[in-house]
This record gives sequence, structure tokens and C-alpha cells, in this order.
Amino acid sequence: MPLQIRQAWNALMLTVTWLCAGVAAAMLAFIVIYVIQRGGPALSVNFFTHLPTPVGVPGGGAANAIVGSLMIIAMASIIAIPIGALAGIYLALLGRGWLAQGVRFFSDVLTGVPSIAIGVFAYTIIVVPQKHFSANSAAVALSIIMLPIIVRTTEEAVKLVNPAIREGALALGMDAWKAIVLVTVPCARAGIVTGALLGIARVAGESAPLLFTAFGSQFWTLKPGAPTAALPLLVFQYAIAPYQDWQLVAWGGALTLIMLVFLLNITARLLFPAKLPR
Amino acid sequence: MSQDGVEVASIPAVVGPLRVRPSSNPIGDRLVLGAFSLAALLVLLLVVALFMTLTVAAWPAIKTIGLGAFRSVTWDPTNGKFGMLSFIYGTIVTSAIALLLAGPIGIGAALLLAEVAPRRLATPVAMLIELLAAVPSVVYGIWGLFVLAPVMRNVIEPALGHALGFLPLFQGYFYGVGMLTAGVLLAIMILPTVSAISRDIFEAVPRDQREAMLALGATKWEVLTRAVIPYARSGIIGAIVLALGRAIGEAMAVTMVIGNKPAISASLFAPAYTLASVLANEFTEATGQQYLSALIGIGSMLFIVSMIVNMLARLLVRGAAGPRTKRV
Repeated sequence: MPLQIRQAWNALMLTVTWLCAGVAAAMLAFIVIYVIQRGGPALSVNFFTHLPTPVGVPGGGAANAIVGSLMIIAMASIIAIPIGALAGIYLALLGRGWLAQGVRFFSDVLTGVPSIAIGVFAYTIIVVPQKHFSANSAAVALSIIMLPIIVRTTEEAVKLVNPAIREGALALGMDAWKAIVLVTVPCARAGIVTGALLGIARVAGESAPLLFTAFGSQFWTLKPGAPTAALPLLVFQYAIAPYQDWQLVAWGGALTLIMLVFLLNITARLLFPAKLPR
Repeated sequence: MSQDGVEVASIPAVVGPLRVRPSSNPIGDRLVLGAFSLAALLVLLLVVALFMTLTVAAWPAIKTIGLGAFRSVTWDPTNGKFGMLSFIYGTIVTSAIALLLAGPIGIGAALLLAEVAPRRLATPVAMLIELLAAVPSVVYGIWGLFVLAPVMRNVIEPALGHALGFLPLFQGYFYGVGMLTAGVLLAIMILPTVSAISRDIFEAVPRDQREAMLALGATKWEVLTRAVIPYARSGIIGAIVLALGRAIGEAMAVTMVIGNKPAISASLFAPAYTLASVLANEFTEATGQQYLSALIGIGSMLFIVSMIVNMLARLLVRGAAGPRTKRV
């Protein structure tokens, strides 16, 4: 082929790659701008302080859903962060052999399991024996979704700590466990916090597993054993409802979720800019 | 994606496994190091528990409804008919549309980010695309319902019907909600998965691969298509399979835009159902033990299929990416 044609083809196809990335970035812009436009007007003080109102009654908010979501996320974090961080430290420092390989592989696989299937799992093992929906079953479902992200991010963070620091501590006569807990882990704390933040960001907007665990509620419910409102669930239920004032609340909820999730993600990345596991 | 014990020259900070030497405090070591191992073991046990629970949970469905459900289209729970074929069809069609759209665009974007664009531009663009992955699926759903579906109904579906209406795929009413809209929405959702993983794979292709072709006088595009992409092929397939797993399992966004109708239609404009969306839409309303166990059976099926797809994808990606390389 003549050189000019090859060069023209080259220029054309490289432009196409720019278009591909442009499409992806434009989609993000479309979605975010539209959610801000529709959700912005919904975010009044009422939204954060009032209970949902029946159709046609103005001034309704999503306060119970916001508090419910925070409660569920906090409970899920209490379960997932310690286990995930410890397992991540294990993989980074002690991990060899079948256990480490298995945990690494199945953590990666677990990140791809549909969240709705994990919801069915939590339903089967907690809601069915309990005989009612509850916030704690939702927390268990979300903790399973968070766990692999925390494990793999913690592993990466701890691996990045220079082993010479730990070896120095060992050479000075420190016990192996103290060298890990007092020297290596503190050096990796930014990355470990990042893992926790990414885990929370991953589940903060999850709605599918909450359908059959938290279930949703129109009232204030602060009991972990009772059905609980959650913001992503409210967005779903109100978005598909045929009432405009409910749809407005749904847009407000969508905007709140997107802001929360982006804030968590951007903070996590600024805190620990190294390559994150996918 | 890193591999144990492999030393990469550019990363001085890769830590080898700790050699536990004779300690002055064997009890403390054993307790603390044991706690780490226990946590790791818990993760593995969790996967086993998921697998066992969801497999066992499918049993009542298999027993009461029978495997004939896979061959039947009729989903009529009030009359005890639980044919799942239309859900399987809907899942395959929407995932295929999503992959056809997101595969090429995602790989193109990954090529740009890894090979073409200057680093100072690639990093922020990559971050934007990764934020797309962080958008909650219910937000995709509400956007799809109020923005994408009207655009599909008023603009894209009439245009497709006009241009390609001779194909059965593009005939029929323009509903706006249906398989095509769900597929397009899924494509946007899995785009960051394809592009982020492909980018990692491209960056793991050795430099010599490119330099040899450049030295022969190839253009940049020729280097990419003949030296980089063939070398990265299995990893790219892995990225696409991983994205397929995401598309199969997506419930909320799909249920909001697919129309939720248990039917098999040739037209991509027609409303349908997927395995995940029927679960999201009907689970809380399911009355009767048989109905519920049918839905739980669908959940089990979804879990097992996604486990297989993800294991395959991870094996492909892991083989291709090799030891983690440092991002300069």
C-alpha cells in the first residue's frame, strides 16, 4: 500500500480512538448534568429532614431513607472492613500457597457476582429464618459486596510498603507480629482507608440486594431488626411511580447518591493514587 | 492481578512472603498472624457458603417446577406456570447488544488511553471513565427511563426502523422501553469495565513488541493492530467476558427500561425481561411458596452463570496482564 494511504488510514483510525474515549466521557457528562438539572430543585431542607408524604401532599422528603441507608452502610462497614483489611494484610505479607491464591482469585470473582444474587443469598440465610425483612440482613448483603474490594485494595497498599522498613524493625529485635502491626500497617494506612472508602462507595448506591433484605419503609425505623428505608430503594420505587412529586424526590435521591459516590471515589483516589485493583 | 513472588525490576517495593523466623514471642506471633490467616480463610468460606446456599436454594424450584421451565415461554405465576425461556432470551439479547456497542468503543478508548494520548491527558480521561463505573445502577435506571427511553422512542428507533426495517429485528412499534434500550443502557454501564481492563492489558504488552514494528517503518495504527492487539488478545477477550458478566447480572437499571414483559419477540424494540430484572421486579410481590422458589431458582441460576463467566474472565485477564507493572 502506498505510504500516503497508510498514513491517512493511521490518522483516521487514531481519530476514531479519540471519538471512542469522547463517547465514554460524554456519557458521563450527559448523565451527571441531567441528574443535577432534575435533582437540584428537589434538594431542599425538607428533603433531608422530612418523611415522605403521600401523593399530592407537598413538602415530602427522604430523611428516613437517608438515615436508613447510613445505618445499613455503617453496619456493613463494621462487618466488612476488619475482615477485609486483615485478609488483605494476609495476602500482602503472609500469603503464599493455596489459601492465598484461592482468596485472591475468588475475591476477584466475587466482585463480578451480581449484587441481586447476593441479595437472594442474604434473603435465604437471614430473612427466611427471621421471617421478616430487616436492616441487618441488608448489612450482611452489602458487606459481602464490599469485602473483595477492601481485600484487594488493602493487599495492594500493604505490598507497596518497602519491606526494608519491616526488615529494619525485625533486625532491631522486634517480634514479627509487632513489625507488621506497628510498622508496616501504619505505613500503608492511606491505602487501607482507600480500600474502605472504595468499598463503601461500591455499596452506597446499591439497590438490588436491598429489595429483599431492607425492603423499604415509609416511617422512621432505627431498629436493625426491622424493615428499613434506604435511599437507593426509594429512588427506584419513586422513579417508577406515576406521580410527579414522587419522581421529583427520586431525582433528588439520585443526585444525592451520585454526589456521595463521586465524593467517596475521588477522595479515595486522591488519598492513594496508586493503581487500584479492578 | 499480581502474582506472588515474582520480582519486577521496576518495583522495588514488591514484598515477598514473610519468612517467619524463630520469634521471642511465639504466642503473640501465632495469635496475630493467625488472625490474618483466619480473615483470609473467612473470605474463602464465604464463597463456599454462597455457592452451597444458592445451589441448595435452587432445589425446591427444580423439584416443584421441574427442568421443563427451561423449555417453556409461559410465565404465569398465578396459574402455576413458570417458563423461564423468555428471561434467558432477554438476557442473551440485551447482553449481546451491550457487548456489540461497548466492546469496540471500550477497546478504542483503551487504545487511546494506553497508547495514543499523552499521559497528562490520559490520566484525567481515564478517571472520568472510571467514575462512569461508580454511578449507581439505580441512577442509570432513572436516567434511562426519563432520558434514554424517550430518545430511543422518538429518534433512534424510528430511524432504525426506517433504515433497517426490512429486518425483523427492527420492525414493530417504537415502545422506547424494550430490549434495545436496555442493551444501550447496559453498554454505557459496562463501557468502563471494558476500557479499564483493556487499558491494563495494553500497558502490560512489552515495549519490544511495538519497537520492532516501528523500526520496520509501520505507522502507529499498524503497530497497534498487528503487534499490540494480537499480543493482548486473550486479555481483551477476558475484559469482554468480565463485562458480559456485569451485563448478565445487572438488575435495577434493566428492570426500569426493558418493559418487564415475559415474551420472546424478534423485534429489538419490543418489551422483554431478563433473569435479573424479573427477580428485581417480582420478588417482593411474589405470593405463594412455588412462585418464590421459582424466583430464588432464577437467582441461583444467575449466581452460577456469573461465577462461571467471571472465573473464565479472571483466568484470561490474569494470564494476559501478568505481574503488575508500575504505572509511570
